[in-house]
Amino acid sequence: MKVTEKDVAYVADLSNLELGEDERARMVRDLNSILGHVDTLNELDTADVPPMAQVSDRYGVDESKQGSERFAYSSREDVLEGLRKSFTPDVALANSPDADNTFFKVPKVIER
Amino acid sequence: MNLTGLTIDAARAAISQGKTSALALAEAFYAKIDSDDPKIGAYLILSKERGLEKASEIDRLAKEDDKLPPLAGVPVAIKDVMVTKGVRTTAGSKILGNYVPPYDCTAVVRLEAAGAVVLGKLNCDEFAMGSSNENSAFKPVHNPRDLSRVPGGSSGGSAAAIAADMAVAALGSDTGGSIRQPASFCGLVGLKPTYGRVSRYGLIAFASSLDHIGPLTKTVKDAAIVLRTIAGRDPMDSTSAELPVPDYVAELDKPVKGLKIGVAKEYFGEGLEAETRSAIETAIQKFAAMGCEIVNVSLPHTKYAIPAYYLVATAEASSNLARFDGVRYGLRVKGARSLSDMYRRTRDEGFGAEVKRRIMLGTYALSAGYCDAYYLKAQRVRTLLTGDFEDAFKKVDLIVGPTCPTPAFKLGEKVDDPLAMYLADIYTVTANLAGIPGISIPVGKSKDNLPIGMQIFGKHFDESTILRAAHAYEKAA
Repeated sequence: MKVTEKDVAYVADLSNLELGEDERARMVRDLNSILGHVDTLNELDTADVPPMAQVSDRYGVDESKQGSERFAYSSREDVLEGLRKSFTPDVALANSPDADNTFFKVPKVIER
Repeated sequence: MNLTGLTIDAARAAISQGKTSALALAEAFYAKIDSDDPKIGAYLILSKERGLEKASEIDRLAKEDDKLPPLAGVPVAIKDVMVTKGVRTTAGSKILGNYVPPYDCTAVVRLEAAGAVVLGKLNCDEFAMGSSNENSAFKPVHNPRDLSRVPGGSSGGSAAAIAADMAVAALGSDTGGSIRQPASFCGLVGLKPTYGRVSRYGLIAFASSLDHIGPLTKTVKDAAIVLRTIAGRDPMDSTSAELPVPDYVAELDKPVKGLKIGVAKEYFGEGLEAETRSAIETAIQKFAAMGCEIVNVSLPHTKYAIPAYYLVATAEASSNLARFDGVRYGLRVKGARSLSDMYRRTRDEGFGAEVKRRIMLGTYALSAGYCDAYYLKAQRVRTLLTGDFEDAFKKVDLIVGPTCPTPAFKLGEKVDDPLAMYLADIYTVTANLAGIPGISIPVGKSKDNLPIGMQIFGKHFDESTILRAAHAYEKAA
């Protein structure tokens, strides 16, 4: 067993999840089952292999295009042209479960 | 004329030749949905107002002008992970049950600009997480080819809608096979383009470095038409590539003779069902008969794809789904004692079991002390998997293999075993990690009369060759 109930409680906390008692027990079981399989990655020596966060890491962006020149990703100019206009406050607030005309409203943040 | 059985070109032609109107066509599809969808469950939301308005616009255009846009009046439907302005978008989740987006997904905008009529939003696994569509918070989807079986996932609604003649074409999303696997299970064409080929703007993010939008259609040509329409640079997605979009349709009929087609032994190993293997082998023989050269290649790290994929995908998901907190949109539980209590209880109630499992796994893989062993390790293995394809594509133009190890399984068969569900994605997740394009096309039926799909991979941005080979196979079969 790699993942204990204590680990699950800690990770649930980081994830902003509560999880009921049944869910926690099942999570211990499922995470251990999946991570048991993940251990096969340790068969590979990757000490000299660079990590790849996304495709453009390997194929370059902008001037640094490497290998396949075909990956012509680029950052855009910092201008509004061609971009969506910002939402007005009423549009931005329309989906909020609780808002007044200007602000999103949330339960109190600071405990006294 | 069977209006709901038409392809894109046939539907457009029927309208431009006055055999039907765009409005009549849309109404025929809505009638079909009303009568057939209750037993299938493909649609979550119908966008009748928006769809019928577009159809009327096309009919006005048809009267004035004989030059109609390429998708004029063609009824399409959209996986409910792509936002639609003014039309409820749920991502198959309770947490977004009442979300009405204030903007449109680029791919949807481009379809409508080409004349397409959006009929509605299609069911899917919650936040596109799943391989059977059983993780939808609203209802499961039944495979139209056999109602006791799953349609695949996560674009299960997209596949079922096309297979049941409830739309001409659909958009799906594919993070680990979610277009290709349901296409395979339902006997359709499903294309995941190269990463960067189609803008992701307006696609509700699951794993940003792996997410793709693409078509599910009845024919290869229809897939080419949809891709041509939605592909290309979009200033709203900085990862969309600044490359010209080829005319995929014009290139369909180029000869395939002399193409080098790779077959990787790792895609024919343990776990591949005999009937599927034999159907794929027969299809490979057909390519040989068409004058293609069949070449053995190796993708040696394939067995590590599933663990690498599920670490990368869940790590990204745990970050992307942090935004669902009950403040700006979506569900909020009542009666919370504090902000933190509100977050937790909202997410607890709003997310389903699979989404929570993935958030937990991803958070664990990123947490202090485990990040190097899991997330970073998976990223290094991603490099190895991508290198496998680079090496193979030095020798061949395309690589073919099965889309899935088995045909569609029964509803309920795998719900209690998440690992078994993940392992069945073995042949599809590799293309997402490497960013290469892949298509699934139907190549036969099992003895239970269930469709079997073959997958064709190509080089980055070489969708043309994939589509050409798929089209040649479709014509020969």
